[in-house]
Amino acid sequence: MTTLTLAKAINEGLRRSMEDDPKVLVMGEDVGKLGGVFRVTDGLQKDFGEDRVIDTPLAESGIIGTAIGLALRGYRPVCEIQFDGFVFPSANQIITQLAKMPLRSLGALRLPVVVRIPCGGGIGAVEHHSESPEVYFTHTAGLRVVACSNPADAYTMIQDAIRSDDPIIFFEPKRRYWDKAEVDLAAAGMPIDRARVVRPGSSATLLAYGPMVKTCLEAANAAEEDGRDLEVIDLRSLNPLDMDVITESVQRTGRCVVVHEAPVFTGFGAELAARISEKCFYHLESPVLRVGGFSTPYPPSRLEEHYLPDLDKVLDAVDRSFAY
Amino acid sequence: MTADAPRGVDAPPELVQLLTPEGERVEHPDYDIELTTEEVRSLYRDLVLVRRIDLEAVALQRQGELGLWASLLGQEAAQVGSGRALTDADMAFPTYREHGVAWCRDVDPVKLLGLFRGVNHGGWDPAEHNFHLYTIVIGSQTLHAVGYAMGIQRDSAEAATIVYFGDGATSQGDVNESFIWASVFNAPVVFFCQNNQWAISEPLEKQSRIPLYKRASGFGFPGVRVDGNDVFACLAVTRKALQNAREGQGPTLIEAFTYRMGAHTTSDDPTRYRVADELEAWKLKDPIERLKAYLFKNQLADQEFFDKVEAEADALGRDIRRRCLELPNPGPEALFQHVYTAPHALLDEEREQFFSYLAEFER
Repeated sequence: MTTLTLAKAINEGLRRSMEDDPKVLVMGEDVGKLGGVFRVTDGLQKDFGEDRVIDTPLAESGIIGTAIGLALRGYRPVCEIQFDGFVFPSANQIITQLAKMPLRSLGALRLPVVVRIPCGGGIGAVEHHSESPEVYFTHTAGLRVVACSNPADAYTMIQDAIRSDDPIIFFEPKRRYWDKAEVDLAAAGMPIDRARVVRPGSSATLLAYGPMVKTCLEAANAAEEDGRDLEVIDLRSLNPLDMDVITESVQRTGRCVVVHEAPVFTGFGAELAARISEKCFYHLESPVLRVGGFSTPYPPSRLEEHYLPDLDKVLDAVDRSFAY
Repeated sequence: MTADAPRGVDAPPELVQLLTPEGERVEHPDYDIELTTEEVRSLYRDLVLVRRIDLEAVALQRQGELGLWASLLGQEAAQVGSGRALTDADMAFPTYREHGVAWCRDVDPVKLLGLFRGVNHGGWDPAEHNFHLYTIVIGSQTLHAVGYAMGIQRDSAEAATIVYFGDGATSQGDVNESFIWASVFNAPVVFFCQNNQWAISEPLEKQSRIPLYKRASGFGFPGVRVDGNDVFACLAVTRKALQNAREGQGPTLIEAFTYRMGAHTTSDDPTRYRVADELEAWKLKDPIERLKAYLFKNQLADQEFFDKVEAEADALGRDIRRRCLELPNPGPEALFQHVYTAPHALLDEEREQFFSYLAEFER
């Protein structure tokens, strides 16, 4: 076991993938010499060279578009989008090209491209640096969408994502980049498309992914003092969605609160609530409640503590669930 | 230029031309080409057959057998000239109008029709032909071509890519980004812009204040304008650009100055935005007529040859029509196939539910 930050765990995962497969490339803005603005790719260019760790021109569509071309030539590019809010210039390449090539070619083509996106707020950043754009991509057939929440998962999930022959949007919770945990560098890890019960409980289910998993765990610990035993599930994969784990849990607890940073309205929680109402209708003691961002653009950082879900907001939703 | 004046009719002086509209062979200091009689006759055959495929497809659309067709009428020389410049190892990235390049890459024309008939989104294996799938979002494929070329560099392979796009596409961000990428990475790519004067209804001056080939200099690589209706010049210029790319000299922008003689697609009505005189003037520059005149004048082919090519074209037209009509409609299972390469729980569930639903109608 080694103690690693989440950022370093991804770095180790990238390194291992590059050692295992010479076709794996890393590309993006400032990923080479600088090692990325969050240092996730630190040292990779030094060890693997400029042909495999590519400092690209500053244009996100160009990053994804050329990664598609490299993948067509047999490479496995891992693209870094520097911040969540900068993914939109590349949205066309991701949505109209990357997601659709296998179908367009009747299965002749595969695009094993990973798009890494640091996501979420809570770091006091300027505009466009704190967003949660996951549903734009979960809504796009042909993409797989995952979010890691802790160093051990980050280490194995990035390797699984690189091995996948389907394109994957890989969300990294930027405010958790510096969280440390024990990582077993020899472990294979849980399959990337499985949800994990990170805290077993019996009185209600909290569903979260990425940065909100930690928030939900903290809320669950606090709720214990009130005599509530909350189960916390880390979805890990948003598309596909591991409904079996969710259904089993909610049928058992009868209550569910979904937590994400993205706006509640047509957010990922809406999909979860709809599916849970279908699968668990006769088991529910109360409606599925959602905690998330307001229907506003992400606010200036001095306001973000009001905007973001936190321990109190989660507990408030749990209270409302029990009040039914 | 006034709004209603015919466009592009007076050939610009900087145009690389090796065969005049009258079929006269002319010399150019930078580009020359040696072709055997057989090669010239073969190019003629390509042009005629490609035009026939196009004509048949337009007819199939008019008869309701295709949902849409994007005609290449008038652009045969640009496509065959550049397409025949490619080696097997080179990779081509088309728009949705490169039926002539597809022909040069041995893609069965019926597979092109499948896309426009709606049986699939592109039915050929790009790796088998080194001819990528048609790309409909304007300009997106230029970045794919540059990325592919970067892969060629990493493989140290003796190959280049060529990417096709139109005059309208030069306004797209992706095309400009692809120029930047190709330039800074010195990627072995040839940008082949068919300036057919029109982006649906918008003339070139809605896209650019300078000749398109001159854009290249701002990005740091050479640009050249070629007579896009001259198959010799298109072949010579593309061949040289590809060879430069393979030899590590980086990208070239080729602007093939040509004319879209038909509508943008079968859904378009060009009489709403361009004058009839323009089409008449461009008919005098027809790519096939000038090669036919050259073959005749130089006694490189006789009437028997031309009759034979016509007969072959007729047979090809009949053949692709028959096979187009025989294309099977995909079954509902095709909805769910190839979306992902590995199993996907959500899709599996939806497939199962939909087939259960369909089965209820069969009781």
